[in-house]
Amino acid sequence: MIVPTMADMMAQGKQPEVLFWVGAAGSFDDRAKKITRAFVKILQQANVDFAVLGTEESSTGDAAKRAGNEFLFQMQAVTNIEILNAYEVKTIVTCDPHSFNTLKNEYPSLGGAYEVFHHTQYIKKLISEGRLSIDETTLKNKKVTFHDPCYLGRANDEYESPRELIKRLGVNLTEMKRSKSTALCCGAGGAQMFKEPEKGNKDINILRTEDALATQPEIIATGCPYCNTMMTDGVKFKEKEAEVAVLDIAELIAEANKL
Amino acid sequence: MQYIPNIIFALVLVAGIGFFIKNISKLIRNIKLGKSIDRSDQKSARWKNMAKIALGQYKMVRRPVSGILHVVVYVGFVIINIEVLEIVIDGLLGTHRVFKPILGNAFYGFLIGAFEIFAALVFVAVIVFWLRRNVINIKRFLSKEMKGWPKSDGNIILYFEMVLMTLFIVMNATDVTFQSGGIGNPISQFVYPLFNDFSSATLHLIERTSWWIHIVGILVFLNYLYYSKHLHILLAFPNTFYAKLQPKGQLDNLEAVTKEVQIMMDPDADPYAAPVEGTEDDVPEKFGASDVTDLNWVQLMNAYTCTECGRCTSACPANLTGKELSPRKIMMDTRDRMEEVGKNIDVNGGVFKDDGKQLLNDYISPEELWACTSCNACVQECPVNIDPLSIIMDMRRYLVMEESAAPQELNMMMTNIENNGAPWQYNQMDRLNWKDEE
Repeated sequence: MIVPTMADMMAQGKQPEVLFWVGAAGSFDDRAKKITRAFVKILQQANVDFAVLGTEESSTGDAAKRAGNEFLFQMQAVTNIEILNAYEVKTIVTCDPHSFNTLKNEYPSLGGAYEVFHHTQYIKKLISEGRLSIDETTLKNKKVTFHDPCYLGRANDEYESPRELIKRLGVNLTEMKRSKSTALCCGAGGAQMFKEPEKGNKDINILRTEDALATQPEIIATGCPYCNTMMTDGVKFKEKEAEVAVLDIAELIAEANKL
Repeated sequence: MQYIPNIIFALVLVAGIGFFIKNISKLIRNIKLGKSIDRSDQKSARWKNMAKIALGQYKMVRRPVSGILHVVVYVGFVIINIEVLEIVIDGLLGTHRVFKPILGNAFYGFLIGAFEIFAALVFVAVIVFWLRRNVINIKRFLSKEMKGWPKSDGNIILYFEMVLMTLFIVMNATDVTFQSGGIGNPISQFVYPLFNDFSSATLHLIERTSWWIHIVGILVFLNYLYYSKHLHILLAFPNTFYAKLQPKGQLDNLEAVTKEVQIMMDPDADPYAAPVEGTEDDVPEKFGASDVTDLNWVQLMNAYTCTECGRCTSACPANLTGKELSPRKIMMDTRDRMEEVGKNIDVNGGVFKDDGKQLLNDYISPEELWACTSCNACVQECPVNIDPLSIIMDMRRYLVMEESAAPQELNMMMTNIENNGAPWQYNQMDRLNWKDEE
């Protein structure tokens, strides 16, 4: 697929309307890369003039910061901010709520102030501007439940954008008993993604998958690559992968619009 | 001789309030052991938070059963305390129901009647609270950290309230003139017949005794606050006022680190530069927190404010899946250690003498700290905006930046970020490969 980089754009003397921050998971994790490509297809369908940093992008430092390594975080932040500011980036969109939170809330005081969108917010904006519409026939009446990412929901009080997009898919959304501000974490946040859990009687992603499966869904919708991994593993553990799909909202929209 | 009761009353009142003030000043001293943090911005948003969350109990009713019962006890407690004003004036002047002639029979009757109804409602609510803590198996009251004193503490507070409410009703029921007035006694009129067989002298004695135990009980309760988990009835207000206003996901950027990073990234910085004159002996700032004095004063106030309701712990994904972490325990440990440090300062003439202990390891284990997913469920749940996550994060910072004591897998993740800009070991140059992989 054709994905322009900021360097390409600059060479042509152009400034894209938005920078797509892909994130480490979206760039390297095989499952998350599918989400990245689905989102790019949506951007292309809506004729959004976007670019990525490509090999100039580096970890936001979110995981390092939450692991307690403020040094590494700030080194990463300063390096990224230097690049973003050199390209005069004003607007950023990302599929990763962790990058979203860090770029939006933690970069400004280090010299990087941008307008930052989570991809569900950005897609909602494209729809309200009339640049994109969602075909509500493809997935009509599919049974869907939505798992709120902590770093989108509680961390930034954004519960409605993902739900509005899900409603536009024409599917039946059933909320889990723990949802929105009471949603249970998938177990990946705070750098847990990169380590074994402490001793306990259950893994967090299994408990959360049980919440989701209790709604009898055909699809568990997510809005975060890490949640996606955790829920996919949970569904496999429960041996339900034949009946239940774990898909990012971007993937659902790409599927609905047959992209 | 006739002024003896007035004098005794005045002495009891002064002693009760004096002792309370002494403890409160100790509490303020302990909170000030914390580092400074500026929370003086956005005054109007802070007042609004306090009005909505502390005064308005907005977050309490997120859990309707305990929330509504709590509102009953809270409103009842505040309103019935208006009666204390009359009791104090009566006690000092030797009058009896001094407000009755001032307010007029009808209005006074209405007020006392309302107090009686609230007293009855509080009594019922407190009974339900007792059942919830002792009979119904509610998980958050049965956690490990709730064994022993914390459990007794919770019950003692409930007994206090039961006794105080009972005394208020008995006091009214045995006041013969008040009962014969037939106004303002919607509850006590049903208690009055229980005392039918008593002589008027005995009734008077019971009335006086109830009156005295009631007011002394209130003063004892006031002084019990500092030794119990019950300080939230006062501290909920400053605690919600000074709570963080930024998005919950936003962690602070450590300023000391920013300075170091700036020097590191500055190509003109001289690595061999001598320290600025006069700062040679300055101890470099410690990164993160290993003891209560490394935390800021808002975090320490949080610890005094915590009433150990356990809503945080009951929403914590780590705790729900059997891990050692309990956000409530983080707050309880912080307070216990702060009290220990405070007592140490008291017995050592105003200076802290190293006791070889600290908050980390002696109270909170690294295992608890590493189990946190930073999901903010505890912060979201707290009815008075306590932030256990900020303490967990500050202690992780100490473990990693001062002790290099992160779990091995996290060290690998961090090395990867340093080397190739991603938490996994991938080549930075492969970062855009995804576009050609379909």
